[in-house]
Amino acid sequence: MSTRSDRIVVVGAGQSGVEAAAALRMAGSGAPITILGDESKAPYSRPPLSKGILTGGAQLSEIALRADDFYAREGIDLQLGRAVADIDAAGRTVRLDDGDRIPYESLIVATGSKARMLPNPELRGATNVLTLRTIDDTLRLQQFLRPGARAAIIGGGYIGLEIASAAHRAGVETTILEAADRVLERVTSAPVSEFFQRIHRKEGVDVRTGARIAGFRTDAHGDVAAVLLDDAPAFEVDFVLVGIGAAPNVELAERAGAFVDDGIIVDAHLRSSLPGVYAIGDVSRHPCPQHGGLRRLESAPNASEQARHVARSILGDKTPHSALPWFWSDQYDLKLQSVGLSATADTVVVRPHPGQDRKLEVFYLKASKLIAADIVGAPGDFALSRKLVESKTVLDMDALADPDVPLRSFLAVRSTV
Amino acid sequence: MSKLVYVLPGGEQRAVDAEDGASVMQSALNNLVPGITGECGGELSCATCHVFVVPEWFDRLGARSPEEEEMLEVTAAEPTEFSRLSCQIRCTADTDGLVVHVPALQ
Repeated sequence: MSTRSDRIVVVGAGQSGVEAAAALRMAGSGAPITILGDESKAPYSRPPLSKGILTGGAQLSEIALRADDFYAREGIDLQLGRAVADIDAAGRTVRLDDGDRIPYESLIVATGSKARMLPNPELRGATNVLTLRTIDDTLRLQQFLRPGARAAIIGGGYIGLEIASAAHRAGVETTILEAADRVLERVTSAPVSEFFQRIHRKEGVDVRTGARIAGFRTDAHGDVAAVLLDDAPAFEVDFVLVGIGAAPNVELAERAGAFVDDGIIVDAHLRSSLPGVYAIGDVSRHPCPQHGGLRRLESAPNASEQARHVARSILGDKTPHSALPWFWSDQYDLKLQSVGLSATADTVVVRPHPGQDRKLEVFYLKASKLIAADIVGAPGDFALSRKLVESKTVLDMDALADPDVPLRSFLAVRSTV
Repeated sequence: MSKLVYVLPGGEQRAVDAEDGASVMQSALNNLVPGITGECGGELSCATCHVFVVPEWFDRLGARSPEEEEMLEVTAAEPTEFSRLSCQIRCTADTDGLVVHVPALQ
């Protein structure tokens, strides 16, 4: 081998990949940087795909991650519509599907995740069964959002609920089919599930929990004409949206020999088991600084935070990754904001807001310390909750449940304005 | 295009050409201006794009929305009467010459 490349190659042109390249430049790295993206569109932000873009409230140009001239100006070699075939970890080279080879010193795997699909064979060839992951998916879904159209949304997770609210707003007769006994079961507590079930039903969406799908009836073209249920009459639909979770795109790293287990396993510096190879964003299974063990997060804030961290790691910073996860979801005119991971809580406190049926505050405590919160309709309280989780403050549960005690009063550190 | 100046906590000035329609937050990201994070992408969800608008410009930018007011209560740096979330300020010909100060913390 002759001189080794000092190039940093990023596989994936989503939020984590682009933010990592930007963070490297911001930190003063002059190394050559190549970003390889398999989509042909300039890098964009994904959260609006099921939110503002879908409802028509935001334009495509507004969701670009950076201005078009940013990459050239910062000396970032952005290659779109290019698929990576293999990673040669020993030779520190990526091979593209057209045979091109790009050597690297550091490789950032930011390949994201893909929407899961139902296994039913009768759905193969159906043109009206959709998932939502890319901008093309959103444009396709928009074609089906017509007044009077009938939709089955399979899966009552965040994606399903956000799309249900957009579809309903567009005049679509919308039915949500959730297999569990409540929506959002995988991600949050019963009070939050009950809140959103009530909101959607009040809007007029048919929310069916414990739904058992027996199969689908297709028409002469192979498109789905009706959803068949085990314990209820079949119902006719014009389209089906499948929102049953995402699977990390681990295949490249796995073939190259990286440790993989529902995500690419990384350490606190976001390093995979392969030398010089890092994994960030949806595809990264990383140590959880709050609760121990490993976690994988599908969220934009995590993508950005890990992007900034991987840049520091590559440039030699030994600080371990320690970010507190947070999320948000827009449905109708409501914004849910969540901080922390609530699964290990020993106590759940719902702050009552009598007469305010579109506001919700649920706090999760472990050993009297706040570890997570779900907040609807109170962004200030969400931001205060973030600070309370970060500061590991011991909270008085009765006071927390008293809506007359302002949340700010728990935060001793910062004086009021 | 309009001129936009970010004054960093140490006093350094960063003058950029802002695209029309881009927010002051996006313009910072597009020009690698440090200290403006914009973690949520301009969704009024994170309060990490806090800036102090110079007094002579503040009234020319339009009023803060109630949602922005609420997020400004919880910024990392102490807010002032001239605080804004920069994702909520659109760059246009009317903002040519705007000067904002970047706080030390987000």
